[in-house]
Amino acid sequence: MIPSILLAAPPTSDWITLDFAALAQNFWSATFDGLTFGSIYALVALGYTLVYGVLNLINFAHSEVFIMGCFGVWFTLSFLGFGPSNPNLAVGAIVINLLLALIVGILASALTAFILERVAYRPLRKRNAPRLVFLITAIGASFTIQYLIYVWRGAVPEQALTMFKVTPIFEVFGTYIYNDQLLIVTAAVIMMIITERFISKSRTGRGIRAVAQDPDTATLMGVNKEKIIITTFVIGGVLAGAAALFYTMKIPSGVVYNGGFILGIKAFAAAVLGGIGNVRGALLGGLLLGLIGNYGQILLGNSQWTDVVAFLVLVLVLLLRPQGILGTSLGRSKA
Amino acid sequence: MSMSDGPKPLQTSKSAQGTAEAESHGVPPGSSAAVARPRRTFGAWSDKWREMPRTKQWLVLLPVVVLAFLLPLMDIPLITTEPGNDWPLACQAMAIFALVAVGLNIVIGYAGLLDLGYIAFFAVGSYTAAMLTSPDSAFIKIPYLWTIPVAIAVSMFVGVLLGLPTLRLRGDYLAIVTLGFGEIVRILATLIPAMKGQPGFQNVGHPPGVGDDGVPVFANNNGTPWYWLTLVILIIILFLVGNMERSRVGRAWIAIREDEDAAETMGVPTFKYKVWAFALGAGVGGLAGAIMGGQVGFVNNQKFDVVTSILFVAAVVLGGSGNKVGAIVGGALVAYIPLRFTAIAEYKFLIFGVALIIIMIYRAQGLVPARQRLLAYGTKAYADVKRKYGKASHRADTTPQSTAEGASS
Repeated sequence: MIPSILLAAPPTSDWITLDFAALAQNFWSATFDGLTFGSIYALVALGYTLVYGVLNLINFAHSEVFIMGCFGVWFTLSFLGFGPSNPNLAVGAIVINLLLALIVGILASALTAFILERVAYRPLRKRNAPRLVFLITAIGASFTIQYLIYVWRGAVPEQALTMFKVTPIFEVFGTYIYNDQLLIVTAAVIMMIITERFISKSRTGRGIRAVAQDPDTATLMGVNKEKIIITTFVIGGVLAGAAALFYTMKIPSGVVYNGGFILGIKAFAAAVLGGIGNVRGALLGGLLLGLIGNYGQILLGNSQWTDVVAFLVLVLVLLLRPQGILGTSLGRSKA
Repeated sequence: MSMSDGPKPLQTSKSAQGTAEAESHGVPPGSSAAVARPRRTFGAWSDKWREMPRTKQWLVLLPVVVLAFLLPLMDIPLITTEPGNDWPLACQAMAIFALVAVGLNIVIGYAGLLDLGYIAFFAVGSYTAAMLTSPDSAFIKIPYLWTIPVAIAVSMFVGVLLGLPTLRLRGDYLAIVTLGFGEIVRILATLIPAMKGQPGFQNVGHPPGVGDDGVPVFANNNGTPWYWLTLVILIIILFLVGNMERSRVGRAWIAIREDEDAAETMGVPTFKYKVWAFALGAGVGGLAGAIMGGQVGFVNNQKFDVVTSILFVAAVVLGGSGNKVGAIVGGALVAYIPLRFTAIAEYKFLIFGVALIIIMIYRAQGLVPARQRLLAYGTKAYADVKRKYGKASHRADTTPQSTAEGASS
């Protein structure tokens, strides 16, 4: 029966084509755009990586921490009078407005992360719950936040906002680099460097690494474990809030109750790709995932392929290097 | 994690799994055995049940099964989903969800593999049934009932295909990879022209049989025969899964779930049995998908989103991961609640989210907690020992019963 089914199958039409010419033609613009998205992934991925490093927990609800930031940014900007058209403001005014939105976004995300940790995860830690229970709780928290937003705002994406006029700044390899790309990548990389420095140099960062390595010993050495954990969540929230501003800048129609979900999965994939628990790994993984997704999309000719390609690459990398590209280094080595 | 906290009063209701973890943190087995006797709501029942001979268990089960078969005919006020939702169809939805939960329970509950993309296998089953029966499809047509074994085979094949590369990964990675896979199947259904994306397949086949009035017995809106069919299949699957659970394979799964490294060290080919769990779970998922496709009569890409996939996981965990009865209860509840309370359908995921958090915090073992019997004959030995030594053997540390208790979850 099976061979006859195969014989009866229609000849494969061209649903999958490899358009190398298009890729070669758009290579640099795809690269720059991929790097832009990659830096957003990387910022969100840091939240996953830090929490995983410290608690060995996939904070499934981190995507909702991120989307709360998006809503924070959106509400601030709408309040300040931004709309679908280019704002008629001086550069300085725009910068101040965006900074304000950034602060509100960061506050919204960090507050969500804080409440999440206190309400959902802390009671479980007190009960020494097994890891699966943490993950299911995280899923529950993710649903709760998502559908709170859904009940409040409905399923229609919020009105798209334009933050500033997107203009080319300079040309590299015959391709324009736009001001939003430059802004996002630069800001993200600076934030990453600050985070990296903070983790490796500051007293709190040392505490984070100590708890990641061995929570019990760290407690004996005088590290306040609870404080470190909540700090880690808040740092993740702050970075997610920043990512929210950039995401809203790049994808104005993305502010919707479940808008964080796929991005969260991708960011987690980025963290795993680079080596979960590894701060530099998150940056590398994010950028790689952004590039791969963009190349795949142009090569295969449909934006839907982005996610497929990204996941296939993730599986391939994990098969060859189960610990991720850079390996795990924030805490103990994880099998 | 520090054990100096000691057992708190709340630990009476705490999961035994937690105790198993506590044990791995260096508490002497003796002391944990005392803690390892959490009070269980169904404890007395399950003890009695275990002590019954097989035939007697059958006699007790018989009225339950009869009652289950009569369910769509009994339109009990307060319980019924009418008006708003047809009660037999609601029963069918509950049976499908129960079947899915039983299948996913193999993967999550027994083998401890967190599969967040189970919907993919459900989708594969649905699409197999649809593409082999719907007039919209270019493939050859076969009678609907034949598509069920084909759907199982195809889903199992896809399960092995996904399992071979990914099951070498540890838990968390597996979760994210399966989640991605669930998305990929949905996206592929959109992208591949033969799968017809959103227009989908109309008039998916159904089992033969025409009533006196010329209407097919298995019409899309006639829930009762579908429910009976699903229930029969569910009972068959329960038999197979129950036997599997008590076999070498089932013991291997539980060993893997409890401690993969230890299982490997003791000579359990963990990878092989993980693929087994994945494939069998996928097969049941595909089966449920094929039935669903036939009953609804329409299959397109909109039905297989990740949120539903997570609802499946919620059903298993809600009922009690690792327990067949729990899976059925959880699956049926997850399907029933939104149908019963249509007014709150908009809030269903919100309620699920909050319920998941609360259940995980206060009753991590689910509504019907699992108590694993690690040995095939452990049930009998357990009953014998208990009869011989009476209730006192509860606290004795050296009897087989407490050993099994300590090692199980």
